Amino acid sequence: MTKKIKNLNLNFGPQHPAAHGVLRLILELDGEVVEKADPHIGLLHRGTEKLIENKTYMQAVPYFDRLDYVAPMNQEHAFALAIEKILDIDVPIRAQYIRVMFCEIGRILSHILNVTTQALDVGALTPSLWGFEERETLMTFYERASGSRLHANYFRAGGVHQDLPAGLEIDIAKFCETFPKIINDLENLLTDNRIFKQRNVDIGVVTKDDALNYSFSGVMIRGSGIPWDLRKSQPYDCYDQLEFKIPVGKNGDCYDRYLCRIEEMKESVSIIKQCLARMEKGPIKTFDGKISPPSKAEIKQSMEALIHHFKLFTEGYRVPKDEIYTAVEAPKGEFGVYLISDGSSKPYKCKIRAPGFSHLQSMDYLIKGHMLADVPAVLGSLDIVFGEVDR
Amino acid sequence: MNNLIDLEKKINSELTTKINKTSIKHNQIYVEIDKDDLIDVVLFIKTNKDTKFRQLIDITVVDYPEETQRFKIVYLFLSHEFNHRMILSYSISENELISSLTSVFPSANWMEREVFDMYGVNFKNHPDLRRILTDYGFEGHPLRKDFPLTGHSEVRYSEEKKKVINEPVKLEQKYRNFDYESPWEGTKYIKEISETNDKKN
Repeated sequence: MTKKIKNLNLNFGPQHPAAHGVLRLILELDGEVVEKADPHIGLLHRGTEKLIENKTYMQAVPYFDRLDYVAPMNQEHAFALAIEKILDIDVPIRAQYIRVMFCEIGRILSHILNVTTQALDVGALTPSLWGFEERETLMTFYERASGSRLHANYFRAGGVHQDLPAGLEIDIAKFCETFPKIINDLENLLTDNRIFKQRNVDIGVVTKDDALNYSFSGVMIRGSGIPWDLRKSQPYDCYDQLEFKIPVGKNGDCYDRYLCRIEEMKESVSIIKQCLARMEKGPIKTFDGKISPPSKAEIKQSMEALIHHFKLFTEGYRVPKDEIYTAVEAPKGEFGVYLISDGSSKPYKCKIRAPGFSHLQSMDYLIKGHMLADVPAVLGSLDIVFGEVDR
Repeated sequence: MNNLIDLEKKINSELTTKINKTSIKHNQIYVEIDKDDLIDVVLFIKTNKDTKFRQLIDITVVDYPEETQRFKIVYLFLSHEFNHRMILSYSISENELISSLTSVFPSANWMEREVFDMYGVNFKNHPDLRRILTDYGFEGHPLRKDFPLTGHSEVRYSEEKKKVINEPVKLEQKYRNFDYESPWEGTKYIKEISETNDKKN
């Protein structure tokens, strides 16, 4: 007597704690083995690109915070760089250091979240409790510089919005001294942990060729052994003056990607230290009055400044006709902005290239033949944030 | 090819008739081709040992509604070996079918679905051309320039019907788009304006 066995379809999400946001994953299961995964995305789609087409360049910056909301300033950086390249303006050195420093803080923010929630997905609770305390400290740095813990709206074309408040540099330096110990604590909990290794080693293996074919970037491509980091290969701002290493994985599995992220956090701490050491007093945005708004004191005294202020906050600055693609190494991978300007004060088109979009696309390839319990582990190591996937 | 000028020469000499225009700007190479040569050109730049654009970064569309060839399809490529970026583009008119790149780059799958969803451009030989970012049952293509910013329908939970319903958008206040552009850069700009006005008259 033969029994007919039908494959089981399972709806994973969109309200599942391990789905890292609003992912709806339709899984086709044969017993406990996943035959097919079909991610349904777009539940957080807000039409960012359409909105940006209808806003001036300055008004468009906050939308970038809301993409990958775990590391907001890294996204703003890509947009600011795109405008700067078209306008052909220089950024003062202090502003470059501030921007790089906050990008690295963003990288730590994102990697802490990812490493600890990945651990949470495979059953470890403590790392997230320890890690989130540090994230809170880092977000207060964001708050002190920009006035906001998450949606910073801090980077501008030509620099940053305002200078760092007194004492912030000292506190960040203090954090750089204490934080490596926290990384060690996390490593003590996870790196040699038997359960963590059983759940991650040899899971979701990506070969070098597939990493290229599936448009992977960031940790996903470095985990597979391709030494590619835009901070080194196509340096922007002051990255070419800083010394740091690019950790590269060997096996391309979830565990290697975890190790890469841990090492990257250590490198980020070193970059922040270098930025703090080299930062000197000076201007923090371009002097061009047609692009950066004047200070409050100037507005009270100068008619010219008043006019500039009024025009910048109503019409905004105009960007000459051009077409450009700029990318930065965001914590999750290559975050790019493809910008088309038409000479007006609003972008004609702004395509956002989010790393998570390509990564999530490969879900079917990564999970095929794995067990159901590996789904959260793979999903965790992809480092998906729906703000940027859905845009 | 370590240098962009050599790369430009190489592409022009190898693909001669297939290339309409090349230029170098912002340390990137911009290439314009014909719609029908897409697969050939992409296969060449992916496999040739001097180009090796082995990664497709993104696919997108730019909409110029007033032109006959309305959509400009843009492909972004990256070569890790030579550290180059290429922007490949061609124009098509509305309702034209274009070839899918999924056979060359598997990652083109979702990118083309997004293009289909946002602009309504159709691909042939795409394995699974469905909407991706918009809601189930959505109508229209939001990133087209003639699609209103407010959209056509809004969604809410209806207490009477006990379910989520779609309704035409009702705005308390009309969406206001102020034209702030005015001559503040001096006479040159004013001249340009008056010239365009003359043409209209």
